[in-house]
Amino acid sequence: MMFAVAIIAVFIAMVLVMVRLYGGPTLYDRVIAVNSFGTHTVLLIGLIGFLTERPEFLDIALLYALINFVGTIAILKFFRYRAIGDNLPVNEESEQ
Amino acid sequence: MSLDTLVDVISWALMLSGSFFVIIGAIGTLRFPDFWSRLHAVSITDSAGVILLFAGMCMQAGFTLITVKLIIIGVFLFVTGPTATHAIANAALVSGLRPKEAKGFTGVEPEPLTKPTADPAVSE
Amino acid sequence: MRIFGAIIVFLGLWLLLSGIYKPLTVGLGVVSTLAVVFILTRMNSIDEDRVEIEIKPVGFLLYQGWLLVEIAKANWVVTKIILAPSMPIKQHLFSIPYTQKSDLGQVIFANSITLTPGTVSVETEPGQFLIHAVAYSNDDKAALADMDRRVTACEKADIS
Repeated sequence: MMFAVAIIAVFIAMVLVMVRLYGGPTLYDRVIAVNSFGTHTVLLIGLIGFLTERPEFLDIALLYALINFVGTIAILKFFRYRAIGDNLPVNEESEQ
Repeated sequence: MSLDTLVDVISWALMLSGSFFVIIGAIGTLRFPDFWSRLHAVSITDSAGVILLFAGMCMQAGFTLITVKLIIIGVFLFVTGPTATHAIANAALVSGLRPKEAKGFTGVEPEPLTKPTADPAVSE
Repeated sequence: MRIFGAIIVFLGLWLLLSGIYKPLTVGLGVVSTLAVVFILTRMNSIDEDRVEIEIKPVGFLLYQGWLLVEIAKANWVVTKIILAPSMPIKQHLFSIPYTQKSDLGQVIFANSITLTPGTVSVETEPGQFLIHAVAYSNDDKAALADMDRRVTACEKADIS
């Protein structure tokens, strides 16, 4: 029962963050929203695992936590250097 | 009052307060007027929401392997959440975004930055 | 010596996360642990870089307890700002000096600043961090200097 309440709360929070993701004026607002959405996803998966009494869901939650962090850093690195693979900044004139 | 009831009461309290802070953080991301203040709203979800909800789940799991897994996920979120927030803030600062005076601010003190931000290509 | 430590840590992590103790899964764990350690020893020849944990364990745990209380207080402050109809925001960017010598100490200090709602570490410069506060008051710098002192106290004394 308590997990159902928490799941509803996290779900409402996810919808609110989604509104910010849609309407955020700058790119960085959207990155914050995506990062926050990922944290909510980890919480939601863990709570669903407890609600359905299948603790294996926690492994998926751990995986989502890893992907969320790496994904955020990758997005930021891409928009800063316009490349993910190497850490050398590409020449902006030739890349545009 | 038996021990089970006590554990249930404590985890209800942790779960409800955790849900409260998660929703507060989401409302903050909607209500705050600009990027820099929204960072702090996300920080509420990352700290209070995660700590309280994971503590509540730990109380329900008891002393099992599940608790160890929960603690591992919790510690991971505890370390990576602030790091991601710092990375976003730093990227925004480098790109030239600054807190500026706008509607809704009661008192802004724009203190001059200690140094002009370096070109990202040079700083790496 | 460090290789044996790494093997024990990786194997322990595998056993904790899998939770199945059949010979096949444990054998797979041993194989993957050895593969990871093999790759690590090969990579070591590139830069010989080592992670030194220069933190007192007991002092760090006590600091974590203190940090949790600070997080609770700061959460309440920011929650009141979010729920107030007028939203009394007072944004401020300021720099605060740090006194930690090791990298790990600086990371702990900067992460503690960001973890406390209301302050975010924005930029690291030699000798100081640039901090953004959402509800700045004149006590903030003193509070952060106190946190800096506590983190420095967690460090081991004999660092170069």
